[in-house]
Amino acid sequence: MDPLNLKKLNAARRNRQAVALVTSIADGRDRIVHEGDPVGGELGEALARAFRSGKSGMVTADGSEFFINVHLPPARIVVIGAVHISQALAPMAKIAGFDIEIIDPRTAFASPERFEGVTLHADWPQNVLPERPFDAWTAVAAVTHDPKIDDPALEAALKADCFYIGALGSRKTHARRVERLTEAGFSAEQLGRIAAPIGLDIGAASPAEIAVAVLAQIIRALRTRGLAGQRAPKGEAA
Amino acid sequence: MSETTVLDEARDPLVIAENWMKDGKAVAIATVMETWGSAPRPVGSHLVINEDADFEGSVSGGCVEGAVVAEAMDILDNGEPKMLEFGVADETAWRVGLSCGGRIRVYVERLG
Repeated sequence: MDPLNLKKLNAARRNRQAVALVTSIADGRDRIVHEGDPVGGELGEALARAFRSGKSGMVTADGSEFFINVHLPPARIVVIGAVHISQALAPMAKIAGFDIEIIDPRTAFASPERFEGVTLHADWPQNVLPERPFDAWTAVAAVTHDPKIDDPALEAALKADCFYIGALGSRKTHARRVERLTEAGFSAEQLGRIAAPIGLDIGAASPAEIAVAVLAQIIRALRTRGLAGQRAPKGEAA
Repeated sequence: MSETTVLDEARDPLVIAENWMKDGKAVAIATVMETWGSAPRPVGSHLVINEDADFEGSVSGGCVEGAVVAEAMDILDNGEPKMLEFGVADETAWRVGLSCGGRIRVYVERLG
């Protein structure tokens, strides 16, 4: 392995960027490819698949054998609101392999008794985020119903280009939210990224069912990154 | 994706390899490139080895690491990367096979 490539690889991993090391089996040479770098041909297609699925593997592309070792930053979920939905979402997210943390300044809600074993910040989003900023590999679900708490987090999520941004509330509530965020300077295209009403439409009724709908929506967003709402091809979902 | 959100600097094999390199040590990197059947470590896993035969990480559940470290010593000398194969179908199974019954291909290369 090229020592410079090892440095680049570790730097990208530290910065939570999606990166792949591509090794040519024929001559042992390797190169670093970041997600979004233009790579043509069959190798480019194989790289796009690897970035989408997170699966490393041997590929034959354009007549040669390559090993693609893909490193995706572990996705994490930040929930704004230590509410009933969050109590169900936290254990489900852990089972599905996500790190999850919860932010809510209302200490009565954000109590360790209600969220055993979950990273909890009993503080305003704008106080927590400078320490633990959102990034492209963060999913943000705002579920407090309170614009004072939800809006600052949604604004930060839009600026950080989080792979998933969802907000609880009826269509009417969301229309008012869109008005506020438009006034704050966000474009219609940006605001179109907010999933609202939150969660896949599975007719969820209880808080736990809404948590299932939200988690499913987050997983879909993660596995279809950059595909503008398309689903991942069948058989690739992991 | 059960790792934490930050890189585990103390245990990450690729970070350790970079640190060894900074210390001026010769380093070999072994990578699981293919698996068949039941294999203990997924494709992409690393074992890193330095010139003192210190090693970190894993390419199996401890079944073949000894053999990989021995090969790595040769590869550090001659610089030629090598694809190693381990499994029950292989004659090396008698010495260092995978007790789980799987088969793996491990690529070993010198850093630099």
